[in-house]
Amino acid sequence: MAAHAPTGRPNQLFRNLNAKIASIPMMLVALVIFLGGTLWTVFYSFTNSRLLPRLNFVGLDQYERLWASSRWIISIQNLAIYGILSLIFSLVIGFLLAALMDQKIRFENAFRTIFLYPFALSFIVTGLVWQWVLNPEFGIQSVIRSLGWTSFAFDPLYDPDIVIYGILIAALWQGTGLVMCLMLAGLRGIDEDIWKAARVDGIPMWKTYLLIIIPMMRPVFITTLVIIASGIVKVYDLVVAQTSGGPGNASEVPAKYVYDYMFQAQNLGQGFAASTMMLLTVAIIVVPWAYLEFGGRKRG
Amino acid sequence: MANISTLNTTAAGFDAVSSRLASGPSGRKPRRMLSTRNIVLYGTLTVAALYYLLPLYVMVVTSLKGMPEVRLGNIFSPPMEITFEPWVKAWAQACTGLNCDGLSRGFWNSVRILVPSVVVSIAVASVSGYALANWRFKGAELFFSILIIGAFIPYQVMIYPIVIVLRELGIYGTLTGLVIVHTIFGMPILTLLFRNYFASLPVELFKAARIDGAGFWQIYFRIMLPMSLPIFVVAMILQVTGIWNDFLFGVVFTRPDTYPMTVQLNNIVNSVQGVKEYNVNMAATLLTGAVPLIVYFLSGRLFVRGIAAGAVKG
Amino acid sequence: MHNMVSIGKQSSVSIRDLSLSFGSVKVLENLNLDIRDGEFLVLLGSSGCGKSTLLNCIAGLLEPTEGQIFIKDRNVTWEEPKDRGIGMVFQSYALYPQMTVEKNLSFGLQVAKVPKEEIDRRVARAAGILQIEPLLKRKPAELSGGQRQRVAIGRALVRDVDVFLFDEPLSNLDAKLRSELRVEIKRLHQSLKNTMIYVTHDQIEALTLADRIAIMKSGVIQQLDDPVIIYNRPRNRFVAGFIGSPSMNFLTGELVDEGGRIVFRTNDVSFSLDGYDASGPLRAGRKVILGVRPEHIKVDGDIQGGEVHEAVVDIEEPMGADNLLWLKHAGHTMSVRIGGARRYAVGTRVRLAFDMTMASLFDAETEDRI
Repeated sequence: MAAHAPTGRPNQLFRNLNAKIASIPMMLVALVIFLGGTLWTVFYSFTNSRLLPRLNFVGLDQYERLWASSRWIISIQNLAIYGILSLIFSLVIGFLLAALMDQKIRFENAFRTIFLYPFALSFIVTGLVWQWVLNPEFGIQSVIRSLGWTSFAFDPLYDPDIVIYGILIAALWQGTGLVMCLMLAGLRGIDEDIWKAARVDGIPMWKTYLLIIIPMMRPVFITTLVIIASGIVKVYDLVVAQTSGGPGNASEVPAKYVYDYMFQAQNLGQGFAASTMMLLTVAIIVVPWAYLEFGGRKRG
Repeated sequence: MANISTLNTTAAGFDAVSSRLASGPSGRKPRRMLSTRNIVLYGTLTVAALYYLLPLYVMVVTSLKGMPEVRLGNIFSPPMEITFEPWVKAWAQACTGLNCDGLSRGFWNSVRILVPSVVVSIAVASVSGYALANWRFKGAELFFSILIIGAFIPYQVMIYPIVIVLRELGIYGTLTGLVIVHTIFGMPILTLLFRNYFASLPVELFKAARIDGAGFWQIYFRIMLPMSLPIFVVAMILQVTGIWNDFLFGVVFTRPDTYPMTVQLNNIVNSVQGVKEYNVNMAATLLTGAVPLIVYFLSGRLFVRGIAAGAVKG
Repeated sequence: MHNMVSIGKQSSVSIRDLSLSFGSVKVLENLNLDIRDGEFLVLLGSSGCGKSTLLNCIAGLLEPTEGQIFIKDRNVTWEEPKDRGIGMVFQSYALYPQMTVEKNLSFGLQVAKVPKEEIDRRVARAAGILQIEPLLKRKPAELSGGQRQRVAIGRALVRDVDVFLFDEPLSNLDAKLRSELRVEIKRLHQSLKNTMIYVTHDQIEALTLADRIAIMKSGVIQQLDDPVIIYNRPRNRFVAGFIGSPSMNFLTGELVDEGGRIVFRTNDVSFSLDGYDASGPLRAGRKVILGVRPEHIKVDGDIQGGEVHEAVVDIEEPMGADNLLWLKHAGHTMSVRIGGARRYAVGTRVRLAFDMTMASLFDAETEDRI
């Protein structure tokens, strides 16, 4: 080495040694856990591990069984319905609330506190609360009935066809406060003069929002979308608390499928395959976004 | 043209004689308090507020009723007789299927999990963020990118390898193991948070310290830390809320007698056979949600900033 | 006796007894103003004087607490901005970022359901006047500062408005661009001949662009006159000190009777007031402030009459075309402007004389010109 470094400068490796040592946790986590762990799981999804990991390759067997399982299909369907509706309603409700809050109203702090407090709660708490509110015997259904509409039926948690909507209501209750905060921050970043110019031009409020303001908020919308989307795929606690996946399997979701097979049904292989599928879903959403955001920037 | 000097200052350049107001609109446009705009605005906000407050109200109200009153049916009606018995029961006597010690056990478990997890995760992430912001070295950005990407990967994908690692190290099921897990998964957001914050501090301070001969750790403790109180508070709020509310890690990485409050709560409510004591369940739920709620109400603005900061990924 | 008819005949915009308070803070106090048709009026003042507030009231973006606003004989006090016949150019231009220049210009018209051929005609006309035809398909982010300003003006042009409002449109630009665009705005006014109301804190812009200037302070108009009068006969000390760079010299003293004549006395030195055009009789004993501009103090060879005094050179500031000489006399230090070729050493004794025909006397208490 010394022959190639006539100035006697120390080896590059030892520069900033302290910083490198201090970064070891981060490097370990990134490499071993995130990268390594993911690869390991994907790798073992091609085995037929049961209680313990086994290096017994079975090709795509686990995946075939996965997609043949009605429980998995239901969980995917639920995720799709829940995901799309959750996305749309979160954005719409969140934006509407933010637009209202942006009108220089009194009691802004009070309203914001009210809209955001559910976000501070655990999904377990949220799930249990809404389990109670939607309870057919004591909850909304019975109250409306006692008010006179005796044929009113709103029993999502015991109706396999609409149970996913019950979960949706609870999730929106918890999550829209955050979307509202993000949207409000975005709205407040809009140049005041744009509003004035639109007013002088005679453009009605709703058109100003739709055609001028929202397009200007594109980055905020995208960030919010990514945040909501990554939360959707992970939905687990809420389902466990609110319905335990029921009635039957009607409110099954992929995250719960993974957990049940990994830790309770003693079928690691299935669990790995299912979690790899979850990973794929996330990748499909995140990779194009990342490319747009960062690939574009590097070029431009 | 009138001689300028005879005019008073407020009517400069204007013929004072015709200063009387013409008839017609003058001053503020009359606005009714109850204008359509205000009704729609405050009305919608109030309806929305009700949607958000209702469940909380229902919980509180139910938890203060005796069971006979609960069975009467109307969850929206306030208690005719307020009783704190459900609360006492939830705390000290509720049965989880294993024991009947109530939630108090879970509460202290959560506390025991929370404190070290918060401390370690913030300590590690702040140092990493500091290293990334001020001490760039080759490959640092790459590791950071992997970290950020990792934030999007569903936990389930990485969970089993972690179980294996912890088992090998002999700490699977222990408090230490859980603390490590929380540190691992808190890293992406927290490191990002700290990195951005440290990068926003004036770089001259750092340079001056280096010229003075200070090293990595000295600068961290003597210069960076004292200036970083706001971001540490934000990080703490994020972690306290996130870790206290966690369920998945609590259920995978603990043993039944070290279950955190959230896991216990779920067991109490969802796996009890026989008669469901709704009022006790509601009290238990409120108890579990109390800690993060209190943190939220006390920290208000900072909480919002923390969320927004944590949400600015990538 | 003037009556209401006079409002319409010469005035394009009239303000009557306009007041605006935010809570207990009075931002505008009892303003009265008549702006003539086709006039370029500048509202000049430092930040917080109320000039932007006044402009926003005229535009309809702010509501006055009291008073009325007339535009072309119509009482528009309760009208929405779009119904007032005004166009506005903002400091940040506020072009819609996602739309092309063409769309920016036509958007308001589309919303008003103007027929397409008419829209195309007006856009083409505005683009021609402002010479932005090649930019029509571009987005604001691709334009330079000067181009953006022209598009912002174009937005007002296409709506065929009576009055143009400018809210400090040049403040965000660098000095060179500022002087270029200043000239363009002046040319535009000469070709369009619309009434234009222009807000700025820059006195150069005010002096070069305005037909009349309204200098404002604390929500009150201090003086409304054409630039020359404001420069040469400021109505009070504030206006005198605000306009003119380098600023006017101020000497505090009093009026005394010396042998039947009233003279200005400061620190035991008397200055003759011959030639001063007072608005009324001068009385001895009055405490006053004498104001003289640097170019109206003559030194040595430039003296063409007037009482001669002797002073000592304190500091010399060569500025290229001119020199600014700081002289000490009668206990005061005053600045004098001389030609750049002449140089003086510090400590040199010089002769000086004030040109009293161009000087100003202000009452020490009221600060009004006397």
